[in-house]
Amino acid sequence: MLLEIENLRASIEGKEILKGVNLSVPAGEVHAIMGPNGSGKSTLSSVIAGKDGYETSGSIRFDGQEISDWEPEIRAREGMFLAFQYPVELPGVGLSSFLRACVNERRKHIGQSELDASSFLALMREKAALVELSQDLIRRPVNQGFSGGEKKRNEIFQMAMLDPRMAILDETDSGLDIDALRIVAEGVNKLRNPQRSLLVITHYQRLLEYIVPDRVHVLIDGAIVMSGDRTLALALEEKGYDLVRAEQEVSS
Amino acid sequence: MSQSEQKLLEQLSERDYPHGFESDIEQEIIPKGLSEDTIRFISQRKNEPEWLLQWRLKAYRHWLGMKEPSWQKLIYPPIDYQDISYFAAPKSGPVLNSLDELDPEIKSTYDRLGIPLEEQMMLAGVAVDAVLDSVSVVTTFKEKLAEKNVIFCSISEAVHQYPELVRTYLGTIVPYTDNYFAALNSAVFTDGSFVYIPPGVRCPMELSTYFRINARGTGQFERTLIIACDDSYVSYLEGCTAPKRDENQLHAAVVELVAMDRGEVKYSTVQNWYPGNKEGKGGIYNFVTKRGLCKGTSSKISWTQVETGSAITWKYPSVVLQGDDSRGEFYSVAMTTHLQQADTGTKMIHIGKNTQSRIVSKGISAGRSQNSYRGLVKIRKSAAKARNYSQCDSLLMGNRCGAHTFPYFEIHQPTAIVEHEATTSKIAEDILFYCTQRGLSRESAIAMIVNGYAREVLDHLPMEFAVEARKLLAISLEGSVG
Repeated sequence: MLLEIENLRASIEGKEILKGVNLSVPAGEVHAIMGPNGSGKSTLSSVIAGKDGYETSGSIRFDGQEISDWEPEIRAREGMFLAFQYPVELPGVGLSSFLRACVNERRKHIGQSELDASSFLALMREKAALVELSQDLIRRPVNQGFSGGEKKRNEIFQMAMLDPRMAILDETDSGLDIDALRIVAEGVNKLRNPQRSLLVITHYQRLLEYIVPDRVHVLIDGAIVMSGDRTLALALEEKGYDLVRAEQEVSS
Repeated sequence: MSQSEQKLLEQLSERDYPHGFESDIEQEIIPKGLSEDTIRFISQRKNEPEWLLQWRLKAYRHWLGMKEPSWQKLIYPPIDYQDISYFAAPKSGPVLNSLDELDPEIKSTYDRLGIPLEEQMMLAGVAVDAVLDSVSVVTTFKEKLAEKNVIFCSISEAVHQYPELVRTYLGTIVPYTDNYFAALNSAVFTDGSFVYIPPGVRCPMELSTYFRINARGTGQFERTLIIACDDSYVSYLEGCTAPKRDENQLHAAVVELVAMDRGEVKYSTVQNWYPGNKEGKGGIYNFVTKRGLCKGTSSKISWTQVETGSAITWKYPSVVLQGDDSRGEFYSVAMTTHLQQADTGTKMIHIGKNTQSRIVSKGISAGRSQNSYRGLVKIRKSAAKARNYSQCDSLLMGNRCGAHTFPYFEIHQPTAIVEHEATTSKIAEDILFYCTQRGLSRESAIAMIVNGYAREVLDHLPMEFAVEARKLLAISLEGSVG
């Protein structure tokens, strides 16, 4: 199992957001997490990635190692990637020098040699093409002056550059029009492989038409209440969370 | 502060100021104290002409009647001017023309500072004047500069070799009556650099001076004079360091620049005097008067400064825009950490028509430091269609430091256009998480963010010094993250 979460609880400023999440994602699989606003989806992704500021308990194992106490940069260097719902802007920090530092940190960590400037540039050109990110954007400061869609494509570009073992996509579809969505999803699909797992967090079934999940989990009020195959996503879309939850309560 | 940050802070605060060593050089230091006799001694020791001695004495007498300024936002105990030695010199004698003649210990001092004089000469093609305590110890590349009739030497040497030039300009841009520290400097200045770029000459290389305070109990009072004639250009850089000491040492320099018709001076500073330890003990008191006069039409003077050192910084590099169509620029990054205090900014005095000035100030405060921008834009009635653009940004790290902005505007000309923008920001936790999630440590993320923030200013430094300044910003932040 690449990612194994057991009884994960997280609260912030005394308010409990995650109330005992259990989740297992085997290597090579794509799992989707769906849920209404405020159910704890973004908190779940932040906590897996190691964001500071949460009181947590429970266990997060990544490739067999307990990572709950690890700093976010160590998780990242081990191959955990989070595509942010709201990517930040870094004024004056060039995207290529930023990424070069990040890629080399990861490479050093896993015992690979650092990339020199020319092989790094070649890699950038190759990966930028995956999500049709123009060379002009690569030369700019990170996300500065990027449109919403460009920021999201930039996240997937960075994912491709960092070559993670596990990628969490936090509402990567939000704010994207249908063409941008297709470009992003195709980029992600090209990055699927038997070693890499994806956790796709989304509000809508729409993204899952492009990035087809192996499993779908429903997160409501800080806990996973239901899991199923991709048809569960369709049912949610059709009936809404409340009805699905009601049916589930009846059946249990 | 989170636990991990606390840990980081503890680890890092043990790191040291890398230039804090003291060199064992045989030195001549005069006893502490300031009187007319001290000034006569300095002047005699430097074999100065009578007019210069008289000028020093006039400055001293004027200084006696002055009061230390108190308007700045700086807190420090009273300075005992009798407890300072006003002259310290390596014993090995006069100014040298080549590195081969240099005392090996002095040379190793500069090597340890990461200022490989030799290498820098060879690779970067930068001419260097190195000032140790009160005297200039070496000036490189003299012959190559002589081909273009560029004069680059210590000011002591210039007093003898080019007395008319020195006498014509010394104290005309910053008169000794200007302020308390300028008066003190005029009375006791010991060395500094002199630059003269003849008409029509573009100086073939960067000129650079490294100032180093080494001796204990001394002050450093250097004086620099740069003259750019019609249609000339020069880029000049100064760097400074000092040993780590528990005592506070005074540095009160004066820099005067003058640019004639279409002449241009680009003056860059990377100031890294010892800032004191994290409890605020020791460090340099840096009280500096820098001013440029755009005397000629279409002349240009540009100040770029990266200020990371000193316990106290009091410094307002200014431009007097006298010539029509002249331009003044001020690009500044001032970073304070621990208990450092900086009150720095600029003055742009518009006198000529169509004069333009641009101010970009980036303050970075961390620890328990206080960082103030103080700037004056004055547009006289004569300055028709003058323009100024000012941008003052402050970046705060943690919640125990302070950033302050004091902009002053005096506009006496209705056709002038003046714009001012100011921002204050913090490095948000979201931004740090984004960077660490990509694999950067918190520390390198902050260094990268700060460098990005300062980029607009750093881009104005000559390339090799921009690289140095970037590293310096990152190093100076170590131990003050949180």
